[in-house]
Amino acid sequence: MTETNIDVRGQTCPVPLVECRKALKKAAPGDEIVIVGTHPASKKEIPMACEAMGLEVMGVEEKDNEWKIRIKR
Amino acid sequence: MAEKAVIIVHSGDLDKIYSAMIVANGALSMGMDASLFFTFWGLQRLKKNGLDKGPLSKMNFLGLGKWMVKNRMKKANVVSLEKLMTDFKELGGKVIACEMTMEIMGIKQEQLHREWIDEYGAVGTYIMEAKDASITLFI
Repeated sequence: MTETNIDVRGQTCPVPLVECRKALKKAAPGDEIVIVGTHPASKKEIPMACEAMGLEVMGVEEKDNEWKIRIKR
Repeated sequence: MAEKAVIIVHSGDLDKIYSAMIVANGALSMGMDASLFFTFWGLQRLKKNGLDKGPLSKMNFLGLGKWMVKNRMKKANVVSLEKLMTDFKELGGKVIACEMTMEIMGIKQEQLHREWIDEYGAVGTYIMEAKDASITLFI
């Protein structure tokens, strides 16, 4: 199992969503993706995308306009 | 089979190419398949170095409006169309070029970004793509 970290802080629509999908595509089942960003809509849209793809969101944290989402492939 | 979004890219205007590319990348990111059917003015954007060469659909003001909007986009850190296309292809998006437009406008395959284009087709290709699609748009 590997953990991939993605930093999309300062990036806007649709980059956080696209970078998340690209990382998931490269990941193997069981791998974890941790994505950090600041784009407000992506905080809810990344979990929406995960749900649509049947993937588990393991946690969403937010601190000072910065969010961190952990996903299991 | 995954759900699918199919977009007819008829306009070559910069803002509308952005709309099409963002929606298409969004669909792929949400786990759907996505196809872009480039026709008429949209097809011009598949010419080499042509992706961001379209005018604004409104308030272009001979290019001044476009220049201003591009500056604003840069400040807002909006990604380039080139990057959106590269990501679209990386995520498995399909690009179809309209053959009739190529014939009408005298465009040869070698003038286009052939590495982006998966298929050259006509209306039948669009219908086959779109008949099972859950999202289809004309932009």
